[in-house]
Formats: sequence, C-alpha cells, structure tokens
Amino acid sequence: MNSPQPRIGVLRFPGACDDRDALWALAALDAEAVFVWHTETELPELDAIVLPGGFSYGDYLRCGAIARFAPAMEAVAAFAAQGGLVLGICNGFQILCEAGLLPGVLRRNDSLSFVCRDVLLVVERSDTPFTSRCAEGERLTIPVKHGEGCWFADDALYDELEARRQIVLRYKEPVNGSRNDVAGVVNERGNVMGLMPHPEHAVDPLLGSADGALILSSLVEAARERTLAGV
Amino acid sequence: MRATVLVRPKHGILDPQGQAVESSLRQLGFAVGEARVGRVVDLEVESNDLAGARAEVERMCEQLLANPLIESYEIELAETPGE
Repeated sequence: MNSPQPRIGVLRFPGACDDRDALWALAALDAEAVFVWHTETELPELDAIVLPGGFSYGDYLRCGAIARFAPAMEAVAAFAAQGGLVLGICNGFQILCEAGLLPGVLRRNDSLSFVCRDVLLVVERSDTPFTSRCAEGERLTIPVKHGEGCWFADDALYDELEARRQIVLRYKEPVNGSRNDVAGVVNERGNVMGLMPHPEHAVDPLLGSADGALILSSLVEAARERTLAGV
Repeated sequence: MRATVLVRPKHGILDPQGQAVESSLRQLGFAVGEARVGRVVDLEVESNDLAGARAEVERMCEQLLANPLIESYEIELAETPGE
C-alpha cells in the first residue's frame, strides 16, 4: 500500500539561509517539499509549512520584526487559524513570536556571543504533532546556531504557558539565557511550534546526530494523517 | 512634525548589552552605575496636530517600533524647523 506523500511548504524570505537544508531534510523524510516565496499572498495546497532559519531582512530593528509583514505571513496566519501545521526553526521561531502566533520573544543571548554547537535537549511533551516520535523526557542532540535565542516571557505569561503545557523542549544546560532553559514552545491550540535548535541539520548520523529527524518526521507523519483525513 | 522615539529595555529586563557597556566604561576608569542600551528612531510625521501625531506614533510603537513584552518607549514631538 502506498501512503500518500504529504506536501510541506518551506517559506523563503530574503536572508534565509537554511531553506535548502529544510527542503532536503523534509524530502529525505518522505515529504513532497516545495518552496513558497515570501511575496505570495496565498499558500499553495499544503499539509504543513516550515519557516526556516536565517537572517530575514538582515534582522533589522529586532529579529523577525520585519519578516512578519511579508505578504506570505498573512497567509501563514490564516493557515494556522484553520488549524494548519506550522513549524518555525530559529529565525522562523523569532518571526512567529513577533507575529504573535507564538508566545514570548527571542532576545540577544545573555553571553552576547553567537552560539554554534550541538546542544542536549529534553522533550517535555510527546503529544504534539511535532514530537510524537519522541518520548517524554527523551534527550535529543541537535545543533543550535544563533545570536538571539534567549527566549523571554514575563512571570504571568510564563506561568500561564506552564499551566497549559506549552513548553515542548528545554535545553539540558543553559545555552543562551533563555527563561527556564526553554528551547521550543507550542501555541495553545497545539498546531504551531517554534524552536531555536535546527532539526534539519541533524537528520543523518553522518552529520553527528539524526535526532532532528525525530522532530521533522513527527511533522511529516502528522501532515500525512491530515492528507489521509482529507483535511 | 518631527518625532523622536526612545525605545528602552523595560525595567527589570536583563540587558546584556548594557552590562557590556558598563564594564567597558569601568575599564576605562569611569565610575558608572548601571548602563542600559536602547535605540532611537527619528521620524517625520505628516500631521501638524500634536495630539494626532502623538496618537499615530504611539500606534507605530505598539505595532512595530517596540516589542511591548520587553521594551518601553517614550515619544518626543517637535515642530519641523521652517514650518
């Protein structure tokens, strides 16, 4: 029996640099991956969309602050509002926060240094479309490479997120000053996730770790289920 | 009308840039207390009505110039010279 290939878009902004890696990784995990240009006002037929890493619009003003106004972002917001699956990686996470699709904000690392290395993550939830192939408490090795990955939420917001279990990934050790070592969060509905580490750079043991494939293949599976359900 | 928007890290928010500036100033021998680093945005606003211009710049701050989660802002307005 042939299971259908889910169609997953990779949104390309000027200044993106991980778009090709994301496309390659999704294709390697048996998705039909297609690029979507930032000027598009409507998305093609998609089962999910990924906002890749990079430095959209040169990170002017604040990281993600300008990309949020790209025409395609309105379409992404509408897609998310209909329950569509959206994954933001690194700069994609920053953009989703600035767009108000995810809670909190990403700030300059507390060290002021760019961090580029493998980090150890702890999976807090395995009941999301982005982590279904992981086990709760599982440790993943995935690289980060960012200067502005220090996630922040004030006390009231943080407590709400904890209560609603919206923290999905944490760093095992402090990496960038992120509040309570948060590395990835999901929206209240559970269909939009952002994370600073780069799963698309860790899908083959040759690259040092294949743990990123657990996250991306969770997304591919969830997207496939939607194709089958005709959503 | 000319608007100057001062965007600052909110009180109580860790400001690593400010800390780096502070420690550099100390190394130069200056006796400084807490340094905080923000940003300045200078704008020309079409409106010549003070209250209208302020309301418009406030909307700009809320929607783009500042992130209210982490930044506070202050607006200064002045007549454009020659008007």
